[in-house]
Amino acid sequence: MTQRVRNTISIDEKLLFEQAPGNRSSCDFPPLDVPSGEMTDYLPAALLRDDIPGFPELNEVEVVRHYTRLSTYNYNVDLGLYPLGSCTMKYNPKINEKLARIPAFVQAHPLQLHENTQGCLKVLQKLADLLVKITGMDGVTLQPLAGAHGELTGMMLIRAALTARGNPRRKVLIPDSAHGTNPASAVLCGYTTVTLKSDASGCIDLDELRRHLDPDVACLMMTVPNTLGVFEKNIQEVARLVHANGSFLYMDGANFNAFIGVARPGDMGVDVMHLNLHKTFSTPHGGGGPGAGPVVVVKELVPFLPVPVVATRPDGNLFLDYNRPQSIGRVAAFYGNFGVLLRALAYILREGSDGLRQVAENAVLNANYIRHHLSRDFHLEYQQPTLHEVVFDDKNQAEAGVHTMDMAKRLLDLGFHPPTVYFPLIVPNAIMIEPTESESKAELDAFIDTMRQIAREAREAPKLLQDAPQDIRNTRFDETLAARKPVLTWKGTGPA
Amino acid sequence: MRYIPHSEAETRAMLDSMGLASVQDLFQCIPAALRLTADLPIPRGKSELELERYFYQLSRENDGVLEFTTFLGAGAYNHYVPAVIDGIISRSEFFTAYTPYQPEVSQGTLQAIFEYQTMVSQLTGMDVTNASMYDGATAVTEAVLLAQRARSNTAKVIVAGSLHPFYRQVMRTYVANFNLAVEEVPWDPTGRVDLTALAAAVDDATAAVVVQSPNFFGAVEDVAECARIAHARKALLVMAVTEAASLAAFKAPGELGADVVAGEGQSFGIPVSFGGPYLGIFSTRSEHLRRMPGRVVGMTEDTRGRRGFVLTLSTREQHIRREKATSNICTNQGLCALMASVYLAYTGKSGLRELCRQNLAKAHYAREQLCAVPGVGPRFSAPFFNEFVLTLPGDPHAFARFCKERRIVPGVPLKWFYPGLDQDMLFCVTEVNQRAEIDALVAATREFFARP
Ligand SMILES: Cc1ncc(COP(=O)(O)O)c(C=O)c1O
Repeated sequence: MTQRVRNTISIDEKLLFEQAPGNRSSCDFPPLDVPSGEMTDYLPAALLRDDIPGFPELNEVEVVRHYTRLSTYNYNVDLGLYPLGSCTMKYNPKINEKLARIPAFVQAHPLQLHENTQGCLKVLQKLADLLVKITGMDGVTLQPLAGAHGELTGMMLIRAALTARGNPRRKVLIPDSAHGTNPASAVLCGYTTVTLKSDASGCIDLDELRRHLDPDVACLMMTVPNTLGVFEKNIQEVARLVHANGSFLYMDGANFNAFIGVARPGDMGVDVMHLNLHKTFSTPHGGGGPGAGPVVVVKELVPFLPVPVVATRPDGNLFLDYNRPQSIGRVAAFYGNFGVLLRALAYILREGSDGLRQVAENAVLNANYIRHHLSRDFHLEYQQPTLHEVVFDDKNQAEAGVHTMDMAKRLLDLGFHPPTVYFPLIVPNAIMIEPTESESKAELDAFIDTMRQIAREAREAPKLLQDAPQDIRNTRFDETLAARKPVLTWKGTGPA
Repeated sequence: MRYIPHSEAETRAMLDSMGLASVQDLFQCIPAALRLTADLPIPRGKSELELERYFYQLSRENDGVLEFTTFLGAGAYNHYVPAVIDGIISRSEFFTAYTPYQPEVSQGTLQAIFEYQTMVSQLTGMDVTNASMYDGATAVTEAVLLAQRARSNTAKVIVAGSLHPFYRQVMRTYVANFNLAVEEVPWDPTGRVDLTALAAAVDDATAAVVVQSPNFFGAVEDVAECARIAHARKALLVMAVTEAASLAAFKAPGELGADVVAGEGQSFGIPVSFGGPYLGIFSTRSEHLRRMPGRVVGMTEDTRGRRGFVLTLSTREQHIRREKATSNICTNQGLCALMASVYLAYTGKSGLRELCRQNLAKAHYAREQLCAVPGVGPRFSAPFFNEFVLTLPGDPHAFARFCKERRIVPGVPLKWFYPGLDQDMLFCVTEVNQRAEIDALVAATREFFARP
C-alpha cells in the first residue's frame, strides 16, 4: 500500500531566529495623533530596557511562509482519521469558526456594560441551559477552561458541600483505569487518593468499592464509559453504595460522546460531571487547546458554583450575578473560554436532539466496526462489549519483537495518525482506538486494511516496524536526549 | 447528523458485516432503565443558514460593543490584532491537530511552541517558559504552588493588594484547600506596594511574594526591591503580568530578580473575546524547571540526525506522575500560544517598541487632559504604562451612566474591587484609541462634573 498523505515540504524550515536578520518589518501603526515623544519622555530611563536580545524582526511574507511551511509538517483531522482514544478527534465544523469570529462577539471586553453584551450573555445562558438538559442535571458552571480544570472545580464543589454538611472528609476513590488528571485534580483539591483495583472485566469491583467506602471518603471519581470503552453496568449500584456512605459520585465526562442523547448522567445517580467541549462538542483542539470544561451538578451543589453566573433581571435582561454567598469563588479570571463555548453552542443547535443521538450511535458503530474487523489480528485483553472506543494491545505481535510503539510509528509511514498508546495503564502496551462518528466506512476500511497490513508485517518483516517511520519527513526522535539535556529555548546552538 | 457521513446503506453494510440487526444492539450494555426512550428535551437540529441567522441575531444584541468607545483594561486589553494571525491559525493543520503526542507528524506545532517559549523567555528574561497555562489568574496561582514546592515548610504567600482582584480571588479559591495562607499587603501613596509593610510581612514561613507590574492600578512596581525583600527570607518573587505588551518596554523581570513570571498573554494578538480564550504565560529559572507545571517542548534530533522538537520532561506531568504531578493541567491554550507567537514574530522587536511608545504617548496624553478637568486628579504618582487611576469629583457610576449616553465606556469604577476607592476610576488607553475619542471622553468628563 502506498502512503495516503504526503503534503510535507521537503526543506527544513529554519527557526524564526535563524532567518536572515533585517529591518523589513511589515508591522506599522497610524502616525501618532497625540503629542509624540520617546519612551524616556514618559518613564524614568532606569525602568526601561533598550533591547530584547535575539528577538525576531521579519517581514509579513516571511512570517506567513514560515508558519505555512511549518503547518505542512502537521497531521490534522481535516486531513484524515485521527483515532486518538479518549481524545474524541471529531470533525470541527467550519460554520462554527465563522460564527466565533463575528466582530461583536470577538471585540466584547469582559467588563463591558451588560447592556452592550446581552448577546454574549445569551450565548452563555443558552449553552448552560442546553448542557443541563442534555446531561439531566440541575446546574452548571461554564467557567472551567479545560477538562482537568473542570475536575478540579468539581472536586472543590464536593469539598464545599461536605464542609457545609460538617466534614470535608479526606479521601477520593479512583479506579486504576482512570486518566492521570483525575488523581492530580483530587490532590490539587487537598484530597488523598485511593486507587481501586478494577475487576476482571475492567469495571468497578463492587467488593473492592465496599471495602474502601468509609466515613472519610469524599467521593468516587469514575469515568463512564470507562477508559476501556466499557459502560459500568453496575453504575446504579455504585451510586447507591456511594450515596449511602454520604459520599458524592463524580463522573469524568471525557467519554460522553459514547452515549450523548442515548442516556443521561443525571438519571444514573451522578452528582458532578465535567464535559470536555473540545471532545464531545466538536470544538477544535488547536494543537493542545484551548478547550472548555463545564461542570454540571445536582441541586445540592448548585449554591457552591463559581461566581459569576448569568442570571435574569425582572425586566428580562441578563446580568452576571456575584451575589452567591456559598460560592467556592472564581476558578478563572473571567467567565470561561467564551470563544470555545460559543462554538459548542453552535454545534449543539446544529445537531439538535435528533443529531446528537446519532452522534453517539455512529461513534459507537464506528468503534465496534473497527473492533470487529481487527480482533483477529490484535489482542483484546478485555472482552466486554465496548462503546465508542476499543483498547487492543501488542500481545499478538510481541513474540516477533514488535511492540505498540513500533506499530504506531508504522502507521505514520502509511498515512494515518496512530491511536492513543500506553494508556489506559491497566492494559499493558495499550492501543486505544476511538474513530468518532466523523469517519465514513471508506475511511474506516482503509484504516482497518492498514492495521492488518501492519499485523502481517509484524510477522513477516518486523524490522520494517521496528525502524518505522522511514517514509515521512522524520524518523523517530531521541526523547532521552531531549530530557537529559533540555534545550527549551533557542540559544543559537543545536541539541545538546 | 450534519457531520456524519454514513448513508443508510453504508450503515446497513457495516452492521451486516458485524452480524448485527441494529445499532441499538450495541447499546445493550447500558441498563435498559437508563436508556432514553424519547429524544432529548432540546430543539431539533437547525440548517446552517438558520444557525447563522440565529447567531447574527444574537450578535446584534452586542452591537454596543462595536458602537461604543471604551477605555477598559483591567486584565483584558484592546490592542490591534493584525490580520496575519487569523490567516495562520485558521489553517486546519494548526487548529484541527491534537496535542503533539506523535512528534514525527507534529513538527509544525512543536517548532512553533519552541519558538513561543524562546520569544516569551526573551521578553521575561527567564531561562524557561512552558507551552502555556489556562489564563493569567491560574498561571499566577500555579506560580504560588510552585513556590511552596520549592520552599518546603512554608505556609503563606504575601500578595500585593494591587494584584488583579480576580487573580487574588482565583488564588484564594485554590489555596482554600491547602495549608497555605494568603496575606495581602497594602499600597503606598504612589500606588506601588508599601515596601515597609512588605518587609514586615515576609518571614521564614513565606513561600513567595507576588507583585504585579504594572499593577492593577497601572503603577510600575519597584520589582528589584520587592525581590530583594523576598530573597532576604528565601521567599520566591513571583512577578505577575496582566499587560504583556509592557514586557517589551520595561527591564526584563529576570534582570530584576523575579523567580517566576506568570500572567496573561492576551495582549499578544488575542482578541478580548468576552474574557477568553486567553493565554497563561509561565516563565521561570532553570533551577525550578522540574517543579514547573504544564507542557514544555525541547529540541532533539531524529535517528538520522535531523533536528526536531518533542514534548519533554513529562515526568512532572499528570499522565506519568498522576497524584504526584506538579499540576493537573493537560489540555492548555495551545492555539492561543500560536496566536501570540505569530503576533510577536510579525510585530517584531521594532514593532513592539513602537507599540509601547504609542501606548505610553496616548495614555499620558489622556491622563494629562483628564486631569485638566477641574476636580479630577491622579490617585497615584508612580510611573505608568497604559493604565492609570483618577479620582473624580463625584460618583464614578453616575459618571459612567452619563458617558453611556455619549456612547463611551469611560473605565472601571474601583469601588467594587476596593471599598474605600469610592471616587476612583481605572482608565486604559491603547494604540487603538484615537485622539478624537480621548478628546470626547475629556469633553464628557468636563461636562458632567461642571454640572451643579
Ligand atoms: C478520560 C479523560 N479525563 C480527563 C481528561 C482531561 O481533559 P483536558 O485535557 O481537557 O484537561 C482527558 C483528556 O485528555 C481524558 O481523556
